[in-house]
Amino acid sequence: MSIFVNNETKVVYQGLTGSQGRFYGLRNRAYGTGVVAGTHPKKAGTDVDGIPIFATVAEAVQATGATVSCVFIPAAGVERAVVEAAEGGVELVVVITEGVPAHDEARFYNRLRRDFPATRLLGPNCPGIITPGECNIGITAGEIAKGGGPVGIVSRSGTLTYQALYELKQQDIGVTTCVGIGGDPVPGTTFIDCLAAFEADPATRAVIMIGEIGGAEEEKAADFIAKEMSKPVVAYVAGVTAPPGKKMGHAGAIISGSKATAKAKMEALEAAGVRVGLNPTEAGALMAEVVAGL
Amino acid sequence: MDLFEYQGKQYFARFGIPVSAGGVATTVDEAVARAEKAGYPVVVKAQVQVGGRGKAGGIKLAADGDEVRTHAGNILGMDIKGHVVRRVWVEHASDITREFYASFTLDRGAKLHLGMLSAQGGVEIEQVAAESPDAIARIHVDPVDGLTEDACREWVDAANLDPAARVGTVDILLKLWRCYVEGDADLVEINPLILTPEGRVHALDAKVTLDDNAAFRHPEWDEFRGLEELDDRERLAKEKHLQYIGLDGTVGIIANGAGLAMSTCDVVNQVGGAPANFLDIGGGASAEVMANALEVINTDPKVKSIFINIFGGITRGEEVANGIVQALGRVAIDAPIVIRLDGTNADEGRRILKAHESDSLISLPTMLDAARRAVALAGGAG
Repeated sequence: MSIFVNNETKVVYQGLTGSQGRFYGLRNRAYGTGVVAGTHPKKAGTDVDGIPIFATVAEAVQATGATVSCVFIPAAGVERAVVEAAEGGVELVVVITEGVPAHDEARFYNRLRRDFPATRLLGPNCPGIITPGECNIGITAGEIAKGGGPVGIVSRSGTLTYQALYELKQQDIGVTTCVGIGGDPVPGTTFIDCLAAFEADPATRAVIMIGEIGGAEEEKAADFIAKEMSKPVVAYVAGVTAPPGKKMGHAGAIISGSKATAKAKMEALEAAGVRVGLNPTEAGALMAEVVAGL
Repeated sequence: MDLFEYQGKQYFARFGIPVSAGGVATTVDEAVARAEKAGYPVVVKAQVQVGGRGKAGGIKLAADGDEVRTHAGNILGMDIKGHVVRRVWVEHASDITREFYASFTLDRGAKLHLGMLSAQGGVEIEQVAAESPDAIARIHVDPVDGLTEDACREWVDAANLDPAARVGTVDILLKLWRCYVEGDADLVEINPLILTPEGRVHALDAKVTLDDNAAFRHPEWDEFRGLEELDDRERLAKEKHLQYIGLDGTVGIIANGAGLAMSTCDVVNQVGGAPANFLDIGGGASAEVMANALEVINTDPKVKSIFINIFGGITRGEEVANGIVQALGRVAIDAPIVIRLDGTNADEGRRILKAHESDSLISLPTMLDAARRAVALAGGAG
């Protein structure tokens, strides 16, 4: 079992004909992902290494039964691409592209929330989602992940997601699904969405959550964990030493005001019964203890 | 990108938001010329991106040319909380009946835009929010619909401004909304927004933060660049497209990915050291990018050791290791380097590094061990 994607998932890649889209689309296929189509408004009828290209997501969905779209479109075209995917009828849109303008992001998030409530958005600016051994959508290196569960991962940071997968693999702990929600100010999928899905997934028996400075999503997640979750959660929050007012790489990683600091987030999580590691390795070790006690 | 007040006012003016007549000056003579044009009395305002200019003596009223000369002379070159004043904005002084506050920004919790309007302007809005939250009228605006005139009018009514200010405020807020959305700003703030004795409403200050991600559709932003308050090292990093933020410590940090870079700073701190910087070289770790990063760190005299923390994902360990070795061949580094390489093919990468190991190039397998060594090489804490 897993959340959001599995070995039956069929994916259409918007931007498959571009250099990034092609590189990762073919890598994902080599991993075993059901990469069934690509789109390009002017290249319908052609193919990328045997993967058929359609003019629109709607046509790709109709022809292939794809239920997920992965967006590798340059930032300027992401808003249009996301709406096209939702109109095409996919259940999940994974936006890998970084550097999407905040106003575009706010607009397409709300457009989906209102007009396409059945479509889940993941990202933008995220590494994607992987159910190890079954389906890898995005830019995660699949070989660093061990499949099978019992741990679910949700993370705001790309490289720390890889770090978490790797730490667990070193401890010989398997992962059900690993979701990178991305570090942008308006993430389509939140910690709470993933925590709720992991809580409902019988194969997931514990969850690692990796947060960072900025916003209040970790605090909200802490509240959710305290009230709604029966499964143990281990967390790490990056940015204890980050100075206020500076963007630490991610648009969302900025301390504004007295909240949003790593310390405040760690305290909120601990108060909710979450075991918090002071670094990724420590979080991995804490998870090993949790898994041993399951 | 944060704009200076004068740039913000120029940006406001593009959207028809009324601001005082004035001009920017970098010399005393220029300031006098701007004042003559704006008409006395004038206000001479230091252009720095830091709060508390007034208290620091960076904002002065001048009745004539001699006074402009005196004040501009004092303010230019002044150090306000570490920011050296290089420009002053000289504008016609306004008579003020009332001061209000207005802003738009993204409410990340609600995932909607948030407008704030208050009859208590001229002070920090955080202070108003803490002391009398009811004094702020808030409006959530759906990004799909935008701010309608009716909604704007209701919002202004809710703020209990002076009746004489209402029509003018509605007009300005609709223009400010356009500036926020079409101008791709993360924040637009007018504090104070003033009502004059003649019943006019206009922006006496301007705080604008532009969304760097939208720069591709705003060629007009080029004029704002090059004037940002960056030190030489930050400027060099920016030219090399590296995410660099200077900190106060002695351990130089290079990592791939923002989260890992932040985490690396944290671990250094945790083992008793202090990071000299945050530096994210992005997903890969090619020789060129690594050489650029080392070059930036090498210009920092505070740095006593360098901690390179790379997690190889798609970029394999041996490629990363070769990149580091090549980079070291290109840049002569003063401080000792500790490398932690992990991830895909980490063992092969470490073998390559081992062949080049010396007292000033040490490879350690874990983040904590590497951090401890880097901190020890930097002479411990501080």
